Amino acid sequence: MHQMHGAGETGAVQPAIELRGIDKRFGAVHANKEIDLKVDKGTIHGIVGENGAGKSTLMSILYGFYQADAGTIHVDGKLCDIKGSEDAIAVGIGMVHQHFMLVETFSVLENVILGVEGGAVLREGVDKAREELKRLEREYSLNIDPDAKVGDLSVGLQQRVEILKALYRGAEILILDEPTGVLTPQEADHLFRILDTLKEQGKTVVLITHKLREIMAATDNVSVMRQGAMVAHRKTAETSPEELSELMVGRKVLLRLEKDEANPAATVLNVENLCVDNAQGVRKVKNATFNVRAGEIVGIAGVSGNGQSELLEALGGIRSASEGKVELNGQDVTPGKGVDAAELRRRGVAHVPEDRHRMAMVTAFSAKEAAILGYEDDPAYQKGVLLDWNAISAATANMMSEFDVRPDNPDLKAANFSGGNQQKLVLAREIMRDPELLLVGQPTRGVDIGAIEFIHKRIVAMRDAGKAVLLVSVELDEIMSLADRIVVMCDGAIVGEVAASEANERVLGLMMAGVDPNEAKAAEGQA
Amino acid sequence: MSKTVELPRWIDVGALPLLNLLLALVVSGLVVLAIGENPVEVVEILLYGAFGYEEAWGYTLYYTTNFIFTGLAFAVAFHCGLFNIGAEGQAYVGGLGVTLAALYLDFLPFPIMLVVAMLAAMIFGAAWAYIPAYLQARRGSHVVITTIMFNFIASSLMVYLLVNVLRPEGSMTPESEQIAEHLRLPFIHDIAGALGIEMASSPLNLSFVYAIVISVMVWLFIWHTRWGYAIRTVGANAVAATYAGLEPGRFIIIAMMISGALSSFMALNEVMGVQHRLLIDFTAGYGFVGIAVALMGRNHPFGIFLAALLFGMLYQGGAELSFEIPTISNDMVVVIQGLVILFTGAMEHMFRPRVTKIYTAWRLRQDAGEAA
Amino acid sequence: MDTFQLIILLLDATLRTSTPLILAALAGMFSERSGTINLALEGMMLGGAFSAAAVAFYVGSPWVGLLAAIATTIALSLLHGFACITHKGNQVVSGMAINILMSGLTALVGIALFAQGGKTPALDKGSRFQPITFPGAEAVKDVPVLGPIYSELLSGHNILVYVAFIAVPAAWWVMYRTRFGLRLRAVGENPGAVDTAGIGVVAMRYRAVICSGVLVGMSGAYLSTAQGASFLQDMTAGKGYIALAAMVFGKWRPFPALAACLLFGFLDAAATRLQGVVLPGIGEVPVQLVQALPYILTVILLAGFIGRAIPPKALGRAYVKER
Repeated sequence: MHQMHGAGETGAVQPAIELRGIDKRFGAVHANKEIDLKVDKGTIHGIVGENGAGKSTLMSILYGFYQADAGTIHVDGKLCDIKGSEDAIAVGIGMVHQHFMLVETFSVLENVILGVEGGAVLREGVDKAREELKRLEREYSLNIDPDAKVGDLSVGLQQRVEILKALYRGAEILILDEPTGVLTPQEADHLFRILDTLKEQGKTVVLITHKLREIMAATDNVSVMRQGAMVAHRKTAETSPEELSELMVGRKVLLRLEKDEANPAATVLNVENLCVDNAQGVRKVKNATFNVRAGEIVGIAGVSGNGQSELLEALGGIRSASEGKVELNGQDVTPGKGVDAAELRRRGVAHVPEDRHRMAMVTAFSAKEAAILGYEDDPAYQKGVLLDWNAISAATANMMSEFDVRPDNPDLKAANFSGGNQQKLVLAREIMRDPELLLVGQPTRGVDIGAIEFIHKRIVAMRDAGKAVLLVSVELDEIMSLADRIVVMCDGAIVGEVAASEANERVLGLMMAGVDPNEAKAAEGQA
Repeated sequence: MSKTVELPRWIDVGALPLLNLLLALVVSGLVVLAIGENPVEVVEILLYGAFGYEEAWGYTLYYTTNFIFTGLAFAVAFHCGLFNIGAEGQAYVGGLGVTLAALYLDFLPFPIMLVVAMLAAMIFGAAWAYIPAYLQARRGSHVVITTIMFNFIASSLMVYLLVNVLRPEGSMTPESEQIAEHLRLPFIHDIAGALGIEMASSPLNLSFVYAIVISVMVWLFIWHTRWGYAIRTVGANAVAATYAGLEPGRFIIIAMMISGALSSFMALNEVMGVQHRLLIDFTAGYGFVGIAVALMGRNHPFGIFLAALLFGMLYQGGAELSFEIPTISNDMVVVIQGLVILFTGAMEHMFRPRVTKIYTAWRLRQDAGEAA
Repeated sequence: MDTFQLIILLLDATLRTSTPLILAALAGMFSERSGTINLALEGMMLGGAFSAAAVAFYVGSPWVGLLAAIATTIALSLLHGFACITHKGNQVVSGMAINILMSGLTALVGIALFAQGGKTPALDKGSRFQPITFPGAEAVKDVPVLGPIYSELLSGHNILVYVAFIAVPAAWWVMYRTRFGLRLRAVGENPGAVDTAGIGVVAMRYRAVICSGVLVGMSGAYLSTAQGASFLQDMTAGKGYIALAAMVFGKWRPFPALAACLLFGFLDAAATRLQGVVLPGIGEVPVQLVQALPYILTVILLAGFIGRAIPPKALGRAYVKER
């Protein structure tokens, strides 16, 4: 295996990090398969791969969060035995986790000094820390108030606190795990400027992401992971998104699903000026107006965290509307008083939620119990006041054969099915109700490739049967191959709408960053 | 890290809890040794006290009755993800309901009274559980702390009522009047006697039969009705419940009220069956035993029945024990109860990794053997 | 007896009744701020009280008794930690188990050792903590207002009373001004942050429950060797739960918890004096109502009607590394 183009050519320079033969299993899952990796000092090195390819596990091993079953870690040419985070910190590795590791009730300063307080009594260390913090903030233009409470800061600022934490500990190597997943495009731009500054100062940055755009824009070298294995190393300048995506997926990406022209009929879902607030009272969906007609798939695109989840949950009756209205076949179904998830189901709305484990099923239940969630009061499932488990078993077996769920055992615990089979069961439960409107969020997240095609086909089949489908996905490929119309959201508002035939990654990307669709198309025309 | 195999059901719900129980009993034996007595002798006396003669059986089952009710009470709330520590207070207030019904509606014939008393117990017990339930569901106040507080509040309230309101004129003891003879639950030995079967007299009464009926009903409710399904869904994953249109707050309140009602049935046994009046602290910690019983019985009515029987045996045998060996008091039973909760509840996961490892090794060897 | 003297006496009693609550509430705070629910305060207090009285009786020194109490409660804290931190068991269940276990064990061992129905023998003067008279207390006794305050209210308590009141600012300082306190609070809010900062979560939580054990041990010793002169069966009578309520009432902070303990202590002191007393304009206040007031107030607070009590974010959850 000699694919070390990127790292190999700079041979004279000692690599900042070198991993040799890292191997890790979690039970039956082989998360990392004999991984080799070299990261040059003073570069930004990207690691790409699909969700579940093993990127985060690899970096967690590097940061001492997990122990590898086999393999060695070398930092600056020296063999390091990294048993815990403290060892990683000691050799100059810092990590910004996908879910921030911050204490929200603490100030920025307290968060930064946690673990390196500089003495048993805080006072001794705090003043010095404040000085040092000021210096770091100046050097890397990380404007942040050291006395602000972290819980009050925006997500972007919290991420800067994480970077500060690493720098304050003297990190020479900074690992960022999916850092832009929760950022607005502006915040992401700022982050990349910070990373450039870090590089100029001679630091090494490892950027983990599944977004090719970011890799192409920000990195010097890139390594690709697929199903736990490291499959390629490239210089960013010498590769293309097409090549990388092919390497990530392992075969030519199925760009367009074979499907006929949509044949939209009457409007089924009509959303007008819908506003949704989260539990803290922050407005997450702002004046959304759009519709979905029978016989079409409307896709909602956007960077994760721009209000799509809240929109979908409101339409599913899980969140209340603060303002605006929602109509289903002309009848008012504005979520809130009297209209909850159960009521919407009765009116023919099926909902495949974004988060399978948190929302779509109870993993501790058996498959047949999971198969009636939301429909447990269906008369077909009752025998007097009792549940008719025979009928439920039969119905579940039917779902399983119809949607090719394996193993087809209604009594098996839901947790024991693979992600793809769990998702197929959820889809079966919702689709086989023959709903008027199907709401689908991230239908193929954490689903194996074989199941993706199946799931996509079933969603298109719903459309062809004359049903309305609303699809929310952060995967642009998925939106572009499934949707007939694409609505783009940014910061809770709908930026605009384009026909799928007119959409391409660039136009959608600009719109996701908040650029008006006409301007986006104009910019595309010039390019 | 090596591959692991999922444990089969018989180990998961059978062998593991038994192993934990065994450990609790072994430690109890060590306690007995430590205070200078012979554990074997203690076990002998315990068993004799619990089952050795006809009367003992009656007493054992009388205690069992209480524990079935309080164990079921804890289990129903537990299935909804709630720790109802308040069975003690709920049963106490439920006893007030039974007493009031029996004292003020004493003109009713027995069969009607039976239903009325049951309803009174349910309503009072459920009402006492309703406040912590409401606060948990609608205001997010943690039900563990509020139910503990409500036990103390119930205790103060009942002392006040017994001293100032329910105490008959001229009586010095803080307890209510006796309930009318025709309203008492018949003793099993009387029923047997009426059927021509000779039985030693004991406090065992009709409520034991009722406890069995209720156990079956709880089993049906939890696993065979859509409400039970809803309660289990809320307990296992409240977000999924909301997604399904099952509003968690609503089922939290329902589960807690059922739990309160079940605890209060203990009062039927105590007030209507045995004491025939309302006594200070008649609940005597039985509500807390319910926690141990439910945890040991894996929150399943059948398991609860077995665990309740074990504790009934310990309580009755323990009484014999303190009679036979003066240095060992009834408190030995409380110690065992604490150890059982500790080992089968708090430390239930202690052996799991090791047992899983051993089982996996055994299975792999089996598979290898078959392959060869 | 004039009103002023009555008030002095009532406040004097308040200091004595609130002392065990203060120590136990601080104990609860250390444990819970690190993320481990401590319902076991009641049982630990009981265990501490028993050990203190039993050992003080044999050795004849309250100090050795105190050490025995602390050793006992540290052992119980470690047991609680072993179940909840090491084996990730349910913290509520473990707490209840320890309470029930100690309720039985103290009585059982008491009977086995002393054969006095669960009591320990009465302690003589030398085996108990004695009142400490402040210098000049006798001399200023008759000075109006300040005299009684100094000589009756402030002077004349045993050492543990003063320790409890000093423990509050000390706990505050440790919690908010030291590295240990910073890490302890962090581990109760977000153990992941502590782990990734290179600090062991498990060790940190164990240290916190040990602190908890030390404090609750003193509170137990106070009951049997300072306030009382022997151990009585179930002598804590819910004080551990009241302390827990006070800690919640004080929103897991030292000084507000102190205020809650004083309030609850005052109610306790007042309850015994209100028996049968007819208050002008109110009539006879049922003593049971006064006794139940700490619990009622705590429920009202928890319901969010008087401010919001926000517990530490990771309270009650064992730390599992996310995948």
